[in-house]
Amino acid sequence: MKLPTIKSESLITGIIKITGYSAIIFVGLILYFLLSEGLPALTEVPFTEFFKTRWYPIEDYFGILPMLVGSFIVTVGALIIAVPIGLLTAIYISEVASRRTKEFLKPLVELLGGFPSVVLGFLGLLILSQYLRQILNLPTGLSALTGALILAGIAIPAIVSISEDALDAVPKSYRDASLALGATEWQTIWWVTLPAAKSGVLTAIMLGIGRAIGETMVVLMVTGNAPMMPTGLATFFNPTRTMTATIATEMGEVANGSTHYHVLFFIGIVLFIIALIVNVTASTFVFRRKKRSERILS
Amino acid sequence: MITNHKYLFILIILILSACASRTDPEGLIPPDSKEYINNTGSDTMVNLALAWAEQYQQINPQSILSVSGGGSGTGIASLINKTTDIANASRKIKSIEIDNALSNGIEPIEFVVARDAIAIVVNPNNPVDNLTLQQLSDIYSGKINNWKEIGGEDRPIVRLSRETNSGTHVYFLEQVLRLGVKEDKTLFSTNTLLLPSSEVIGAEIRNNPNAIGYDGLGYVTPDMKVIAVTASQEEGPEFIYPSAETVNDGTYPIARDLYMYTAGQPKGSIKEYIEWIHSLEAQLIVTQLGFVPINAP
Repeated sequence: MKLPTIKSESLITGIIKITGYSAIIFVGLILYFLLSEGLPALTEVPFTEFFKTRWYPIEDYFGILPMLVGSFIVTVGALIIAVPIGLLTAIYISEVASRRTKEFLKPLVELLGGFPSVVLGFLGLLILSQYLRQILNLPTGLSALTGALILAGIAIPAIVSISEDALDAVPKSYRDASLALGATEWQTIWWVTLPAAKSGVLTAIMLGIGRAIGETMVVLMVTGNAPMMPTGLATFFNPTRTMTATIATEMGEVANGSTHYHVLFFIGIVLFIIALIVNVTASTFVFRRKKRSERILS
Repeated sequence: MITNHKYLFILIILILSACASRTDPEGLIPPDSKEYINNTGSDTMVNLALAWAEQYQQINPQSILSVSGGGSGTGIASLINKTTDIANASRKIKSIEIDNALSNGIEPIEFVVARDAIAIVVNPNNPVDNLTLQQLSDIYSGKINNWKEIGGEDRPIVRLSRETNSGTHVYFLEQVLRLGVKEDKTLFSTNTLLLPSSEVIGAEIRNNPNAIGYDGLGYVTPDMKVIAVTASQEEGPEFIYPSAETVNDGTYPIARDLYMYTAGQPKGSIKEYIEWIHSLEAQLIVTQLGFVPINAP
């Protein structure tokens, strides 16, 4: 017997289907646009040119290595600072803090996450860079370190709020069982709760990476935008230039269809590929099949 | 059904209310006679262009000017892409840009609208007062790296510059770094900080005793120290400070013209605007903003 179809039901299903597919279509269109504007760069500029170390596009020097290194240094630096602090903050808020402290801290962290990045960049330029220059006796405070610190400030709220939710979602039975077996509080947190929330915490860290690598305004104002190649450990304290800042500053001045225009889109493709690799790596961790033991226990 | 008609009615009312004119609330000027002029380009000239636009709109209320910055390179690119009427540039248009324009069907016409000096600025606590053009070229190309080599304290030199889309940057590259020699291929040293705006340069100059930077004279604030410059290599040269007088009599070596480019010979409202810019009234605004007026036409 065929069930009667309610018109509103099929209408709503149709709308939801369209919006769902449209997300895929939009990403596909963006990818198509990126490729169609960026791939001509490979024909116009000899491929080895991209691996040179000098970026000066108005005189046809198109070496993107300095910016690759710059983005890398600033992102990795931000993560080295943000992941431990973010994770420990999330553990504190979800496992250790009293109820009143938790209710006070969690909205505060969300508030920090709501700051427009331009404001943080501005504060970094006027205040943080001057302090860093005086304290560390650097030639200038506009360096990769300042960029990494502010990016960490942007990534930490993202990491904290999602990790905290993941830790909260771990069933109470896990903690009770561990404590009943004689483990201390910290042993429970580190060896039981955290591994159980592993996929959520990893998602949080991936989100933090995504925010850090894609951040444009902050690095534009605070890293000095000097396309320098790394020179040993001091590189972290030198000015640097990221791919995102390059695209942001130079896209306005390029004539539509010129070589410089295509190279900028090519940099966009490189960024896209990096983001893709990070996300795919994360997904393989997050969506791994549950071990038989975990399926039985939960 | 009654529900359908109600939503349709609301939708129609919303669409009709969006059609009201915003720029002319009293409806005094008939919509067809409004003249829109789009003016974009040099960040050096953006404050000047804004002041001109405001003054012009007061005396010519049927003109609507929209002014934006983005750098000389951005302005000329917009002119080539046909997204602007007038491009402001603090440097001459390059031959490759002229080729691009012609191949897009646009013949760029140049007008000199004001003159400007590039001031070399350092931190107020810096003891250095004078520099030659050769020294400036060596500093920015990376040959001189410490202030003590040019009579200052033992501090590393931090070079500040505008971004590559800035006409000021290109002018500095050609006239100071390369000393006007066309075949020279010297580039800025890789650790030159390419800062996005004059304000960021100003902030760093004020706070960092190691810094040296350059910018248009109109952007120098009293809390920055200006360096006197000379072009000559002889012994005991006279160092010149930038000002309207030294630009107009040619003694200050790093002076430049500021340009406006149009697509083809300007007609109608654009022609009137550019003619007004050459008038005494507009050139007074030039002086007020710290630039140098062109000599009376």
